[in-house]
Amino acid sequence: MSATATAPPRVRPALTEGMGFSGERIFQAICLIATAVPLLLLLVLVVDVLNDAWPRLTWQFLTSFPSRHPELAGVLAALAGSAYLILLTAAMAIPVGVGAAIYLEEYAPPSRLTRLIELNINNLAGVPSIIYGLLGLGLFVRVLGLGRSLLAGAATMALLLLPMVILASREALRTVPHSLREAGYALGADRWQMLRRVVLPTCIPGILTGIILSLARAIGETAPLITVGALTYVAFLPDSLLSPFTVLPIQIFNWVSRPQTAFHTNAAAGIVILLVLMLILNGVAIWLRVRLQRRYL
Amino acid sequence: MATSEIAAKVSLSKTVEARKVELESMSAAEATAPRKLRTEDLRAWYGTSQALKGITLPILDRHITAIIGPSGCGKSTFIRCLNRMHEFVPGARVEGQVFLDDQDIYEAGVNPVRVRQRVGMVFQKANPFPTMSIRDNVLAGFRLQNLAIRDGNGLAEKALRQAALWEEVRDVLDRPGTSLSGGQQQRLCIARALALEPEVLLMDEPASALDPASTAKIEELMTELKKDYTIVIVTHNMQQAARVSDFTAFLLLGELVELNPTPQLFTTPADPRTEAYITGRFG
Amino acid sequence: MASAGLSLKAPRPRTERVVYWVLLVCGLMSIVTTVGIVAVLLGETVGFFQEVSFAQFFGDTQWTPLFADKHFGIWPLLTATLLTTVVAVVTALGLGLLAAVYLSEFAPERLRRVLKPLLEILAGVPTVVYGYFALTFVTPLLQKFIPGLAGFNALSPGLVMGVMILPIIASLSEDALYAVPASLREGAYALGASRLSAIFRVILPSAFSGIGAAVILGVSRAVGETMIVAIAAGQQPRLTLDPRVPIETLTAYIVQVSLGDTPTGTLEYSTIFAVGMTLFLMTLALNLVASRLRGRILKGELR
Repeated sequence: MSATATAPPRVRPALTEGMGFSGERIFQAICLIATAVPLLLLLVLVVDVLNDAWPRLTWQFLTSFPSRHPELAGVLAALAGSAYLILLTAAMAIPVGVGAAIYLEEYAPPSRLTRLIELNINNLAGVPSIIYGLLGLGLFVRVLGLGRSLLAGAATMALLLLPMVILASREALRTVPHSLREAGYALGADRWQMLRRVVLPTCIPGILTGIILSLARAIGETAPLITVGALTYVAFLPDSLLSPFTVLPIQIFNWVSRPQTAFHTNAAAGIVILLVLMLILNGVAIWLRVRLQRRYL
Repeated sequence: MATSEIAAKVSLSKTVEARKVELESMSAAEATAPRKLRTEDLRAWYGTSQALKGITLPILDRHITAIIGPSGCGKSTFIRCLNRMHEFVPGARVEGQVFLDDQDIYEAGVNPVRVRQRVGMVFQKANPFPTMSIRDNVLAGFRLQNLAIRDGNGLAEKALRQAALWEEVRDVLDRPGTSLSGGQQQRLCIARALALEPEVLLMDEPASALDPASTAKIEELMTELKKDYTIVIVTHNMQQAARVSDFTAFLLLGELVELNPTPQLFTTPADPRTEAYITGRFG
Repeated sequence: MASAGLSLKAPRPRTERVVYWVLLVCGLMSIVTTVGIVAVLLGETVGFFQEVSFAQFFGDTQWTPLFADKHFGIWPLLTATLLTTVVAVVTALGLGLLAAVYLSEFAPERLRRVLKPLLEILAGVPTVVYGYFALTFVTPLLQKFIPGLAGFNALSPGLVMGVMILPIIASLSEDALYAVPASLREGAYALGASRLSAIFRVILPSAFSGIGAAVILGVSRAVGETMIVAIAAGQQPRLTLDPRVPIETLTAYIVQVSLGDTPTGTLEYSTIFAVGMTLFLMTLALNLVASRLRGRILKGELR
């Protein structure tokens, strides 16, 4: 059966038709704009914050306690609180997180328990941070009787960061080639010796990078700490593990919540300091990653 | 010649013999038949490595031309230059000319999309669209080109009959395209290409992933189709080329070694390299 | 030779066993955390429902547990969360999907390598900063164009949240688009499709499940977001679908009570856990659906 014998000949479009400015170019432009808009918004955000913060970016701001008078209020207590909190959190999260990662990567047999642990970690990564705050409130503040203290806050944050630290550490452990482990075994080491002397030293930079990135996120966390009872007006430096405290993002939140614009200026200044701290931490992490690539590749 | 080589030649001769009557009448037609496609010093590169080194090859209208050669000789690259698909590879470059009915498809100002609307292609591995039903797959070309469809069911039936798939799928047209067997999927892809009534159908090793029964069906199909379509087929299976094609071109290392009517190329090849290839000495 | 005569049957050193158990305990911490969350939430929620009936919780349309005339209907908080989430997801999907298409189909490789990490930065900005921006910049700006837009509203934080979750949707959608096999793209182009046609009729439909999972994860993130809404959306629980008025989301309520003087052990105190439980169940369900969707895609059961 011939397809063209009885049917009228198809109209063939010329080969040159359709070139030039077309719907495709317009669509491509729209997509590019869509990609650029959020980045531009980020730029606007940074410029706006800097602009608002300018009058209060002074040494006095960094070294004062909060006050009812916006011109006198400063972030000293908040900075101290953040610093102590991060250190305590790191002290708790790093051993447990790295330990769990080592267990999962090096020791765990493929069993139901292992799958359950991994399922839990993936799940916990998606739980809103404020839920961790409720956990901290119920468990650390009340049941364990730690009260609204630095220790309770740090423990809560440690649990929050755990999935991230575990994930990053596992990635780092995976980059160590299997041949290195085999070499360690072949030299008569048992598993922990091999890990301690061969694997871990090789991937410490990678693990460190992951930890620093988690901490960079942690200094910006607010919700769980509010729930656990970090105060919003702290006019002293924390003096013990059980001392009440505040952190920089909560101080910012407190100032933003006040109706007076002068406090908003303080909030903006606090934001600038917070962003600078995060930039430094991220910078350190990236520098570590670059150094790592240079050493081992 | 070694025994195996003689055996290879004999077997090919037998295949060609079987088509003797058909092919004898062709030599008269061949002299006057129009050239549907014609390449003129076609060169192609992948980045800095040159895959085609100047191929000048006529393709006759409503005949089947087979491109054979060892792997890496450039057959797939060649066929992809015929519908401007080669340029999708990052770093790809084409020089020379390819004439479709006397118009160079690589001329400045030519819209490659238009070329592909007239030159269809069937791939080595069947690639029906998994998100579409069988019917929608057949009509996919229309939707992709934003053409109006009148009597979609009729069009689909006609294309599926041409691809010898209609009887097997007429009751299950709404099933996903990927629910068919491998051989059926490939025929579905052929139907999909035919639905657009292209002038030329390019087939890049269409049966190499299929079992012998499906392969036979597809070869049968091609012999029917050549009454209405110009077909270019790339194949690494010489028996297949001997069975279905009217002309065979032998490519080696990016160059056209020989183009001749199939019976001639397989029984008395003009070039010693062709002879070496068809007797299995390499490739 | 130092090792001559060494018995092959020497017992395993004790350190090895100790290390194993220590590490196992570390691994079990994740299970402990989940158990802890469920236990804490459940414990207080049970206490809550001993004083407040399900009918009240799901049937009442007011939420006023801190006032003298107490109502415990969850709907005002729920609709507030949904309202801000919808605004956020619409923004993030609209911009993010187009960005994903640009990165996957149009952008040259070098540009893509620069833009992708830049977009990730959006996810790293602390949420208090976004909240500040929403309250002090976006709301006043929008007030110039939208009549009746209150100082606290759902629109402003919704838009800013959308920018915050954009990297989730853009990045995961781009992965999904990237995963569409070359054979399908080739098939479309060989049939004479233009770039637009191939994208809309073949590539996007094929990546549909992956994009769906991305959207669900974005929704989950928006539902759980606290600071942006606590700062910019307000603290007035109100059953409304009007994005221009102050509202209070599930998360903002928890913050409000935590900042106050509610004594522990009271009914008011247990409300934050009941709300928390609601939030937890919602995000759990969303994450499970997204996770199963992605699992099935990886296994090849879906396109």
